[in-house]
Amino acid sequence: MTVATAECPECTAEVGFERAPLNAEVVTCRGCQAELEVTSIEPLRVELAPEVEEDWGE
Amino acid sequence: MRIALLHTRIRAEERLLIEALDARGIETDVIDVRSFVLDPAGPGIEADAVLDRSMSVAASRAALSVLERSGVPCFNGTRTLDVCSDKLATAAALAGAGVPAPRTLAAVGEQAALEAVERIGYPAVIKPATGSWGRLIARVSDRESAEAILEHKFTLGSTLQKTVVVQEYVDKPGRDLRIFVVGGRAIAGIARSSEHWITNTARGGSATGINVSGEIGAISEAAARAVGGGILAIDLLECPRRGLLVNEINHSMEFRNSIDTTGVDIPGVVVEHVLERAGAPTIEMAAMRARSAAMEASA
Repeated sequence: MTVATAECPECTAEVGFERAPLNAEVVTCRGCQAELEVTSIEPLRVELAPEVEEDWGE
Repeated sequence: MRIALLHTRIRAEERLLIEALDARGIETDVIDVRSFVLDPAGPGIEADAVLDRSMSVAASRAALSVLERSGVPCFNGTRTLDVCSDKLATAAALAGAGVPAPRTLAAVGEQAALEAVERIGYPAVIKPATGSWGRLIARVSDRESAEAILEHKFTLGSTLQKTVVVQEYVDKPGRDLRIFVVGGRAIAGIARSSEHWITNTARGGSATGINVSGEIGAISEAAARAVGGGILAIDLLECPRRGLLVNEINHSMEFRNSIDTTGVDIPGVVVEHVLERAGAPTIEMAAMRARSAAMEASA
């Protein structure tokens, strides 16, 4: 069940959340496969996630 | 009890850890390191432990070096971070502890790097000292390809790319092993298979659960001790000649695809370990106490 929605900034498709979104959470848009990052909860907003940086990893 | 969870992005792993903390009624401060002001002379952080899940090595090192000094236990600590985030430091730590690993050389100049490749012999693997997810790793099968890769690295690469690690190529049987070690104990493991020689699941490898008792668990636990311990994922190669070899050690492990595969509640084990080290009565400890109280009552 979707508990919150936002609009994909890349393709304008609706991005649904099945659990309460968290700031900095990363989701994938089902419309365009863009990787999005939650940048605001109230109001809910997502932006294109930053590119992976050189020292990022596990 | 209060835990600070440091992050850059919230991936599935961070969400699972936050949920595991919530399920235990632990107050959790979820802190984006990118918005965190560090004060080395300040009082530190109001938390009983710090669980670092930042994806950036530089951000982790900055935050942990300040927080650790304030006396709060950090997972993982800076020593483990420094060793594991540098493949050369990892190789040195493993060699120092007598843990078997692929033969490794390193160089910071182009000609010396070529010399290192020639000494290892072909095929050889050229890697950056810092990096993850199988990025910028090359297998070279002859001097011409080694010269080409090294010229590109030294002409176009960043400073980090100019510390070149050269490793013997281990002709593994189409898979490698990843063992999760938490608090010195091997808790779960997967075999990652791929038709490509780079078997990272981040590169499309598929995973199945494996038993971590016996030699696999023992070498993984020895590797974890060698790098300072903590919450780690140990990558093992099965060398047809030398047996199990420790290839790399990950200090900020990903595990979302290994929970169902192994049947082990990895985030639960991680959180229990952090709480235990932070001094909280964990679910495991509470259950043990309940069992011994019941035994006393029935005696």
